[in-house]
Amino acid sequence: MTLLAVERIKLFSTRSPWWCVVVAVGLTVGFTALMSGFANEQGTVTVGFTQFSYQFGLMVLMVMAVLAVTTEYRFGTIRTTFQTAPNRAAVLTAKALLVAVLAGVVALAAAFLSFWVSDLLATNSDLSLSGADAWRNVAGTGLVAFLAAVLSVAVGILLRQSAAAVTVVLVWPLLVEGLVSLIPRIGQDIQSWMPFVAAHHFLFGGQPDSAEAAMMMGMSDVPYGPWAGIAYFGAISVGLFVVAVITASRRDA
Amino acid sequence: MIEARGLTRRYGNKVAVDDLSFSVRPGRVTGFLGPNGAGKSTTMRMILGLDRPTSGTVRVNGQAYHELDQPLRRIGALLDAKWVHPNRSARAHLRWLARTNRLPDRRVDEVLEAVGLAAVANRPAGGFSLGMSQRLGIATALLGDPEILMFDEPVNGLDPEGIRWIRGFMRDLAAQGRTVFVSSHLLSEMAQTAEDLVVIGRGKLISQCTTAEFIDNASESLVRVRTPQAEELRAALARADAEVRVEVETGALLVSGVTTQLVGEVAAAGGVVLHELAVERASLEQAFMRLTDDAVEYQTTALPAPELVTAGR
Repeated sequence: MTLLAVERIKLFSTRSPWWCVVVAVGLTVGFTALMSGFANEQGTVTVGFTQFSYQFGLMVLMVMAVLAVTTEYRFGTIRTTFQTAPNRAAVLTAKALLVAVLAGVVALAAAFLSFWVSDLLATNSDLSLSGADAWRNVAGTGLVAFLAAVLSVAVGILLRQSAAAVTVVLVWPLLVEGLVSLIPRIGQDIQSWMPFVAAHHFLFGGQPDSAEAAMMMGMSDVPYGPWAGIAYFGAISVGLFVVAVITASRRDA
Repeated sequence: MIEARGLTRRYGNKVAVDDLSFSVRPGRVTGFLGPNGAGKSTTMRMILGLDRPTSGTVRVNGQAYHELDQPLRRIGALLDAKWVHPNRSARAHLRWLARTNRLPDRRVDEVLEAVGLAAVANRPAGGFSLGMSQRLGIATALLGDPEILMFDEPVNGLDPEGIRWIRGFMRDLAAQGRTVFVSSHLLSEMAQTAEDLVVIGRGKLISQCTTAEFIDNASESLVRVRTPQAEELRAALARADAEVRVEVETGALLVSGVTTQLVGEVAAAGGVVLHELAVERASLEQAFMRLTDDAVEYQTTALPAPELVTAGR
């Protein structure tokens, strides 16, 4: 508990996390508002449609999670931290937990705001949060953001440099996972086992507009269900985090 | 009490700290002396459990650092004053540190007061001058009111006022019965503050003794004499078994192995007029350099003279 309180003070006594939160919510909700506003005439706004722009917020929250670690390496405060609390695994777990909870809550708020804004703007469509699939799609973004933040913290611990770590967490989901499908014959199979594809499938799999959502990621059909997708994404995030903690405990601070 | 036993740290083929054993006693200022690159900072990082020794151990009050519960209450350290987030205020920086070891928030204001930063406590630490950063670093070390304090080159880059303040501060801390371990690459600086010395070069222990012993052993006492009757005095001193050299630039005599009293008495007995009679203090640094000569990490070598190429032949 002490370590969580410490990480909370550290995170919120600088300004960049606040900006990240504002930008993450603003981008997600703003883009959704544009989409829903202009789609109103066709009357085709669905629950999934209101959530397509979750990626904007997710990328910003992942950058925030990376910077929460790499700035500590950049400014040497990680050494002060390990000096005051020599149990590095505990320190890093507290940090990851705090950042992940923040990312989850912000993503959740952005998701529900997006739905609400769409409900206001898309007067010709009949939007309602009914059924497990719809709830999974909206509330699930919180879980995806939580796990993505853990993954980002792990990348930050392993690489220690802001530029390198930010590049990895942006280029991987935005480019690598999309472009891997271009490899002839095996590309599509590889792609369906990419972590962010699995997370995306958790949100949109089984929805009436899942084909549309899949198209946005440039992805093909995947051979597992939505909940298996999030379990797979979670296993990769937590696995990478464990590797990062072991690495950090062994090397010099 | 800090105790190192056979402490060794290798980086690849390079040995940064080589089988180092020493102990730092309470109630005194112990200087950690060595040229740049001798392994002082690496040793201090190993004491704090930041770097992992290749072999050997170092114990703080009989325990390995990672075994200490709430280490800020046992040992406070200033290794690098720049280990602060530049956008965080001095108070916020100390507050999170205090919280890690369950220290009350009022302790933050106490240490800010003690180092004279109370007025700028809410300003971002990135805008601090070197002197202010150093004070914040010392506040960090004092936060847990520890028995052991460790400072790495605390006076580097400070103005004379800041240097005077730090020296006094360290003496006060030792007078309160605390263990103070402070590193420097300047013997003259250590001579002002430290009672004990741990001297290292190239990662190896050169000497552990009191500062007075080290200076006595290391520096030949050199007496500088100026006189219009140089030849007479030289002959008289030679009879008294003193070794005399002539300083080429000034013609002054440099006498080794004797006290100023002896030179004065010899001169009076011979009726020699003296214009100057003084102990050469500069030999302190020279002596230190002689001792650590082989142990200097980055030695300079004379650059080869450029070959002159004459064109047009």
